[in-house]
Amino acid sequence: MDTTGPVERVLRGIAISLVILFFMFPIFWILLMSFQTNETILRVPPSMVFEPTLQNYRALITGRLETQTSTLEIRFMSNLYNSFFLSATSVAVGLLLGVPAAYAFARLKFRGSEDIAFTLLSFRFAPPLLVLLPLTIYFQQLGLSNTYGGLIWVYQLIVLPLILWIVRGYFEDIPADVEYAYRIAGHDFWATFWKVSLPLAMPGIAAAGLLAFIFAWNNFIFALVLASADKQPVTVGALAFVTASGIQYGQIAAGIVLSITPTFLLAILAQRYLVEGLSLGAVKG
Amino acid sequence: MSDTIRSTRRPRRFRVSRRFLPYLLSLPALLTCIGILIPFGTAIIYSLQRYRLSQPWNRQFNWGKNYVDFFYDPNFWNTVKVSMTYAFTAVTLQLLLGLGIALLLQKRTMFNNFVSIMLLMPLMTAPVLASLMWKLMTNPGFGILSHMASLIGLQDFRWGSDPKTALLTVVIVDIWVYTPFIMILLLAGLRSLPKQPFEAAALDGVPRLFVFWRITLPMLMPFLLTATLFRVIESIQQFDIIYAMTQGGPGNTLMVFQVEAYLNFFQATNVGRSAALLLILWAITYVLSSIFIKNWLRLREKQRGEA
Repeated sequence: MDTTGPVERVLRGIAISLVILFFMFPIFWILLMSFQTNETILRVPPSMVFEPTLQNYRALITGRLETQTSTLEIRFMSNLYNSFFLSATSVAVGLLLGVPAAYAFARLKFRGSEDIAFTLLSFRFAPPLLVLLPLTIYFQQLGLSNTYGGLIWVYQLIVLPLILWIVRGYFEDIPADVEYAYRIAGHDFWATFWKVSLPLAMPGIAAAGLLAFIFAWNNFIFALVLASADKQPVTVGALAFVTASGIQYGQIAAGIVLSITPTFLLAILAQRYLVEGLSLGAVKG
Repeated sequence: MSDTIRSTRRPRRFRVSRRFLPYLLSLPALLTCIGILIPFGTAIIYSLQRYRLSQPWNRQFNWGKNYVDFFYDPNFWNTVKVSMTYAFTAVTLQLLLGLGIALLLQKRTMFNNFVSIMLLMPLMTAPVLASLMWKLMTNPGFGILSHMASLIGLQDFRWGSDPKTALLTVVIVDIWVYTPFIMILLLAGLRSLPKQPFEAAALDGVPRLFVFWRITLPMLMPFLLTATLFRVIESIQQFDIIYAMTQGGPGNTLMVFQVEAYLNFFQATNVGRSAALLLILWAITYVLSSIFIKNWLRLREKQRGEA
């Protein structure tokens, strides 16, 4: 493979540069925009030379948007808080429900276990609106509409299949002998699960949790249909913000930057497990 | 003898029969999701009814008329056409691009690993926010891409707001977000391939193109299939990118299944038609996902076997 000539090296270099340009430029450009005032954003032709300002971020954090004519109240920070709260709680609930189930599917083969596991997986692929539209009507009847509880429940559709299938793989990788040895030493099933299996599967559980958090954070359609303004996460909030403040482009850019930063940081933390998570546990990185 | 053993055992706090244990462990997860099956049933009933939220008194079963009407409904065929075109174009381009990038980054060097992690950033961006980013960049007033289009002679190139280029625009956003997904799966695949066939081919002086077609590609096939099916299933249901970019417009150029169903429900309040549309989409994804799961499972077992 090391027989690359100079021409090929140059071509490869150009190709890689183009790839990096295409995938990185939008992030870079939005980052630049977030430090500009509307006047410098609206310059023609666009330029990369400007005096950086923090006013967009200040407006978002204080929640007051000064326009020429009036002050606009923005709830972007509460959207950010909602995203954190919804994603973190959904993942916590998902782990609580998913980890024992993953263990059952991995270790205790039982009648219908594969069918149940696949049914849970297939939820991942059904069109979400099919379930969401009737749910809006049910949620109104049950008093769940526009509650965190209702949203967290529906978020399990994203979080559970992911956790279940990643963690299952990790439980399967633990040699059964390790567990038997502990059982023979006189410990019961629960102690073995708690003291042996769970700690050994911990990296997988952590990875699944991080990824599930990212997926919950990035979700849009569930909250769009089921949440109104005060419960909205950033994905829905950002879109509403664009419609409401229309021409405050700097703030929109700053809002986007604030909303994608947490997932970037988590992704870097979880990068070793990303391949595994994205393939729902099928491919190891 | 056996009595003494039994008496030395620690008393169990929970004595759950071994037969019920697995159900006890997995039932909570299942029940949580079963709650979701009820609305699914409701959706089927809605799809068989004439049901408009604006005229609740007119609600009655019309037994499949919603489905039959689709045959003569140009809007429905437009939806089918747009969804298929979108999925086909986006996934094909992503596959070519993703495979290309994976091949470029195949060697495990520090630089390549760094680039591959960097390229994951678009994938970690919420698709709605990605759409907003591209919307800012294609804004006719100040968007950098509109400016660049005019620099290469495309005056008044209006990206998402022109029916002629709207599909192209959303496909580019889809490519931007999801190519890294295919790239990273194929990269993991490429790096997991056994070395011997390649070494043997190099010793025999087999041309590289031939090696690619006859060795690399066939061995990569399970990864390619899984990644492709995954993306096809997701992109035929695409909602976030299109809704955030144009809400299905301009006109009905981008009315894919879920956007059309969403607007049918919330704007036209035609619940019956909306549910019928979604059930057709579900049938399509059900077939695709059963093929997917088979491939995915084969890949999973193969990877576990090698691990």
